[in-house]
Amino acid sequence: MAVTRQDVLHIAELARLGVDSARADELTKELSAILAHMEVLSQIDTASVPATAGVGTEGTPLRPDVGESPLMERTLESFAPAMRDGFFMVPRLATHEDSAESGA
Amino acid sequence: MIIENFKNLGAAAIASSVRAGDASPSDMIRASFERAREIGAGRDGLNIFLHSDESASLEEAEVMRARLERAPDAGILAGVPVAIKDNIASLGLPTTCASRILAGYVSPFEATAVTRLRAIGALIVAKTNMDEFAMGSSTENSAYGPTRNPHDVRCVPGGSSGGSAAAVAAGITPLALGSETGGSVRQPAAFCGVVGVKPTYGRVSRYGLVAFASSLDQIGVLGRTVDDAALGLETIAGFDRLDSTSSDAKVPIYRLSALGGPAPDPQSPDTEAIRLGRSPVPLPPPPSAKTLRGVIIGKPKEYFPDSLDASTRDLCERALDRFRSMGATIRNISLPRSPLAIPVYYILAPAEASSNLARFDGVRYGLRVDPGKGLKAMYEATRSQGFGPEVTRRVLLGTYVLSAGYYDAYYKKAQAVRTLIADDFRSVFASGVHAIFTPTTPTPAFPVGAISDPYEMYLNDIFTVTANLAGVPAISVPIGRVRHLPVGGQIITAHFDEYTMFRVAYALEAGLGGEAHQ
Amino acid sequence: MSRERYEMVVGLEVHVQLKTRTKAFCGCSTDFGAPPNVNTCPVCLALPGALPVLNERAVELATRAALGLGCRVNPVSIFARKNYFYPDLPKGYQISQFDQPLATGGSVVIGKNEKGSDVQIGITRLHMEEDAGKSIHDRYPGATAIDLNRAGVPLIEIVSEPDIRTSAGAGAYLRTLKQILQYLDVSDVSMEEGSLRVDANISVRPPGQSKLGTKTEVKNMNSFSAVERALEAEFERQCALLDSGGKVEQQTLLWDGARETVRPSRTKEGSHDYRYFPEPDLRPLIVDEKWISDARTHLPELPEARKQRLAQEFGISPSEVEQLTATPALSDYFEAVARASGDGKAAYNWVMGEVLAALRPSGGDIAHFRVRPADLAELLNLVRDGTISHTAGKRVFAQMVETGKQAAQVAADEGLLQVGDESAIATWVDEVLSEHPEEARRYLAGEKKLQGVLVGFVMIKSKGRADPKRVNQLLSTRGG
Repeated sequence: MAVTRQDVLHIAELARLGVDSARADELTKELSAILAHMEVLSQIDTASVPATAGVGTEGTPLRPDVGESPLMERTLESFAPAMRDGFFMVPRLATHEDSAESGA
Repeated sequence: MIIENFKNLGAAAIASSVRAGDASPSDMIRASFERAREIGAGRDGLNIFLHSDESASLEEAEVMRARLERAPDAGILAGVPVAIKDNIASLGLPTTCASRILAGYVSPFEATAVTRLRAIGALIVAKTNMDEFAMGSSTENSAYGPTRNPHDVRCVPGGSSGGSAAAVAAGITPLALGSETGGSVRQPAAFCGVVGVKPTYGRVSRYGLVAFASSLDQIGVLGRTVDDAALGLETIAGFDRLDSTSSDAKVPIYRLSALGGPAPDPQSPDTEAIRLGRSPVPLPPPPSAKTLRGVIIGKPKEYFPDSLDASTRDLCERALDRFRSMGATIRNISLPRSPLAIPVYYILAPAEASSNLARFDGVRYGLRVDPGKGLKAMYEATRSQGFGPEVTRRVLLGTYVLSAGYYDAYYKKAQAVRTLIADDFRSVFASGVHAIFTPTTPTPAFPVGAISDPYEMYLNDIFTVTANLAGVPAISVPIGRVRHLPVGGQIITAHFDEYTMFRVAYALEAGLGGEAHQ
Repeated sequence: MSRERYEMVVGLEVHVQLKTRTKAFCGCSTDFGAPPNVNTCPVCLALPGALPVLNERAVELATRAALGLGCRVNPVSIFARKNYFYPDLPKGYQISQFDQPLATGGSVVIGKNEKGSDVQIGITRLHMEEDAGKSIHDRYPGATAIDLNRAGVPLIEIVSEPDIRTSAGAGAYLRTLKQILQYLDVSDVSMEEGSLRVDANISVRPPGQSKLGTKTEVKNMNSFSAVERALEAEFERQCALLDSGGKVEQQTLLWDGARETVRPSRTKEGSHDYRYFPEPDLRPLIVDEKWISDARTHLPELPEARKQRLAQEFGISPSEVEQLTATPALSDYFEAVARASGDGKAAYNWVMGEVLAALRPSGGDIAHFRVRPADLAELLNLVRDGTISHTAGKRVFAQMVETGKQAAQVAADEGLLQVGDESAIATWVDEVLSEHPEEARRYLAGEKKLQGVLVGFVMIKSKGRADPKRVNQLLSTRGG
């Protein structure tokens, strides 16, 4: 499966990576060349192989519903690019509507 | 005071002279920084350190001295200078992953591995250069310029933990932390002529390791000798309640593996005394025909292809001869699905990376580039200017293989083949093989700038990446040189059997003696 | 009208915040109302190197909810990453569950149909996930403010089958679901406070057709009635569209409560590709079979069971039981009063009357009401055995609400203990007759209807203490 320029622009959008036109052409070639090496996998019969979901066979450990979070030795202000009244500030979204898009 | 021969001292030797009061922690810090200056570790030289602060390190050394006065048992790494790869969070020095997107970022918390090192007296002297976000095999993908190989400044030190490997090889620190996703500790260890160990997945807490591919990432240790690596690993290994994937399996005293035989009970008072440094580690007997008696070492044909560099092959054969002369049996084995490891790895690792690196969005920390055209433009400008070309390439690759319509063909397929690769290892170990021996890399270090094709660069990981996919432990030990360039041999054992891995590594080191660096 | 030619097909996705003290994957507090970003740490800020560790209580509550909704709890479930960029989603992905959720295949009964059989809504799945933070768009000009206190609070998402056929049915489903979750004590389930959120999938088809039409997703409803109104509006829109020969386009719509209409969201369709994959930072969630069966055994009583039991035990009517079981706190209160007083009917009257009236002005919570069930039962006993009159009982209750004192003490302090003593009553009767000579004359002359008036005068004179039965008897003998 060769990667198209359109694919590159689509995944760049999904990954929020600004890619200019010249770079999109290069990446189309690079990604196609890399993915060509992956084709070998399609010949492997994996029908009877269980998908390795996550890691290990033990259950994930659980923590009690108490206690403290790991300590922070520096304040948010020490590393945040823009803060105001305790909020992280970002450029306003295009519309209010977009806010209803936020997942949960 | 001046520490004679500092560059050749092991971690254990440094700690015992500090604890004996023969030298102070500050002496060791000064010696470390003096060595860095002498060898030209700076930006215009080998470019090993990204961040270091001699006066801050000296202050820490003073605190350590005071602690030692109160409690002479303050730890078996008392006063040992340690370098930390720049993707492992530390208090004090920045944690930037050699990326512009984290320029100047100082973590408000510390990785569990670093905390454990400090707790037994280690002193952090530097954060080391690396491929950006650990994506690379040469340390050329750093936003702050490539690191050079101390054995030949024209060559790369390997990567992505190239700075840590070079710091140890250059004699600046006897120990350094690196991280592995597909060979990033073992490959630079091989290129720099030092020992590099990647533990079993889950053996060391990942808390504080900036994630590249979470199901493969492990913190590893680089040391001048097997003993340095064993000491470093037994210090940082063990369950951590902050990492859901860390294991609660008991941690043996790896240094005792040099004596041969099974691991002693880690809970016994004798081993506890050795672990805490209250009793010395017994000296192993000199290598003999008994050293590895009963040990079966597998030689997998897939790791000795016809295309293998001839000198590398010769050095491997020499190492195998030493194993035989120490009583081991060499058995020809096959790990038939290993040749599929690179395609599998370069699907799974970028897929996880594309998700792990989504947090670098300019909202809460790190670089923000805001062209003033709304939020989406800010995201895109921040990320495209913050990430270098290889990171961009892998994030896009990972996004692609996870995206609708491609998930089954790439990600899901690769997960299934990963299971097959791990099954190969399981069946070899189940058949009675105790350890597997392979070359660490197909060739010695290559010149800076020599490899420009991304996939050709990926092939550097061909012998190392399988251990990450299978989750088994592996160590690279120097086995000689091709001209002046070091070559590494790799020992792989079953899950959580680092003890046997170290036993074979100690034997190989002793068996080769001076030949390991010839 | 066109809508009669179509049937509405609705499935609902309900997000419910679980009642834990700390977040799903870190120890930060889940308290509301803290200053922005105070309840945050490396994990929920997604600082480089931080890792999640699952909250045991969240698993417990999610499992309880699943069992209470009749779901099968899967012994192994897998967390997955749902990837998308949003400034209140710190990691750039939400930890959720995808193809192996915690629980599958439940149902709730929302009422009876015309034939008297249960109307059942299937539950496809219930899975665990984490909440996002809050984006505040209207406080600062040109900027959005991000508060991550809510980021990482544990949620369950309950996805229904497309079994709902009317907007009223959707409302009934939501009210039933809310009631069940309240009885299970897993969440505050308040849509106003955002601890319960609803998205709706709706399509239309001609009645009798089994194939589903193209669905749209409606979001942004902030109350159950908004859900009903939004479904009506979208149903109208889809019907009109089909009638005019158009086609329904799969899209996300936003309910605009002010305009009572739905409008398309601006996001391009297909731009959401969440790239789910198993969360490598967590191992599979393994819920032990024994643990599940223990949880099932200790499941709190569900609303339906409670209704049947209360009706049977206390002899109250179905409609009364319906009122009493609206919330678990109300039915707990009632049951305690009824049990302690041994009089279900009186307990019903007092709880639904005086108690709710007393709570109303403050909007208070019955679980923290000052007059505890045992105290109210004592009052009911005093009234029943005639120690105080019903009228006096209401005055005593008012004092109990105000002062927190016990019923008997209030009655004694206020001199409200009923007087049944013949001589005292005779004295009051004599006084009343002499103070009201006109009424007395007419009554004694046979005008019986004045008896009530005279009893009233006696009650006033006795400050309510006279036993009205005795007063009546006495007057009858005088007038006889």
